[in-house]
Amino acid sequence: MNPAVEFLVASLILLGALFALLGSVGLARLPDFFTRLHGPTKATTLGVGATVLASAVFFTATQPGLSLHEIAVMVFLFITAPVSAHLLAKAALHRGKDGSND
Amino acid sequence: MMRRLLPRPGLSVALFLLWAVLTNAASFATLLLGALLALLLPFIVSPFWPDALRVSRPGVAVKFAARIGWDMLLANWAVARRVVGPVAKLHPAFVEVPLDLRDPFAATVLGSIVSLTPGTVSIDVDRERWVLQVHALDAPDPEMLVQQIKQHYEQPIKEIFRC
Amino acid sequence: MLSFAIETGFVLIGLAMLLNLWRLLRGPDITDRILALDTLNINAIALLVLYGIREASSAYFEGALILAAMGFVATIALCKYLLRGDIIE
Repeated sequence: MNPAVEFLVASLILLGALFALLGSVGLARLPDFFTRLHGPTKATTLGVGATVLASAVFFTATQPGLSLHEIAVMVFLFITAPVSAHLLAKAALHRGKDGSND
Repeated sequence: MMRRLLPRPGLSVALFLLWAVLTNAASFATLLLGALLALLLPFIVSPFWPDALRVSRPGVAVKFAARIGWDMLLANWAVARRVVGPVAKLHPAFVEVPLDLRDPFAATVLGSIVSLTPGTVSIDVDRERWVLQVHALDAPDPEMLVQQIKQHYEQPIKEIFRC
Repeated sequence: MLSFAIETGFVLIGLAMLLNLWRLLRGPDITDRILALDTLNINAIALLVLYGIREASSAYFEGALILAAMGFVATIALCKYLLRGDIIE
């Protein structure tokens, strides 16, 4: 494989893994539910996005033909992440109102 | 004529692209099948598919998408810094953004974009008062945040969908 | 270089999943646990994709796609249950 491509794939993987870790650190470390919501919706989504992009570049470079289907996963994740976050936040608000925080 | 053959041009294009991407655009035959499906499916689903807004300014939409991509990188950098930094210094806040948009779909798009960009997650869209409830990870100045969301994201969306 | 990046990626994502697991066990609220589960699932997708690169096999990709779809539906179902399944409501 071309060294430049290899470098690109390696840096995308490292970047992605680092962001995934940072999102999870946010989830573990921040003080309440709504602040915790920020880490996974942004950092982790971008992290997985970068990893998936690395996979697309890698398979396009090593195998015959384009490897595009990774893009579908990426788009799917970027569309679903805000939706999950939105519903989780709604559920949390709903529970908070009932006073059934246990 | 065009309208009759292609009742939903956007849906058709999206379907075709999704098919091409999922099959890795492997051969001409798969692409042909994809095109056929992209033409047929909108007819099959049209009785129950909700009427979506039309993108009336594609050029603006593309530029807007590019900026969102960039903002998303910045957002992640900002969140990452705050996650690693001292937690006690954060100013998390609920912020209410009054909307000018009056369309549920456009409001959903705005909500999703807000969730993916700088330090904010949209919690709820109040469709009676048309207020977007947002939670900010670090907002020392909520008023500025409201202005920023309205100018940076709501204006272009209004322009793109013309609503 | 690539194998180093992949191994490091495994370690980082593994750590991330351990942190998710900690949040999943610790809670305190059920919504925290759902969020932890969702993040765990997304990290598992990253791990699977990474494994696919290491094995140079695109077969793992299909698994990642299914994981993404199932994880999303599961999260939505759990949230909807919290929102609507309440006996009090």
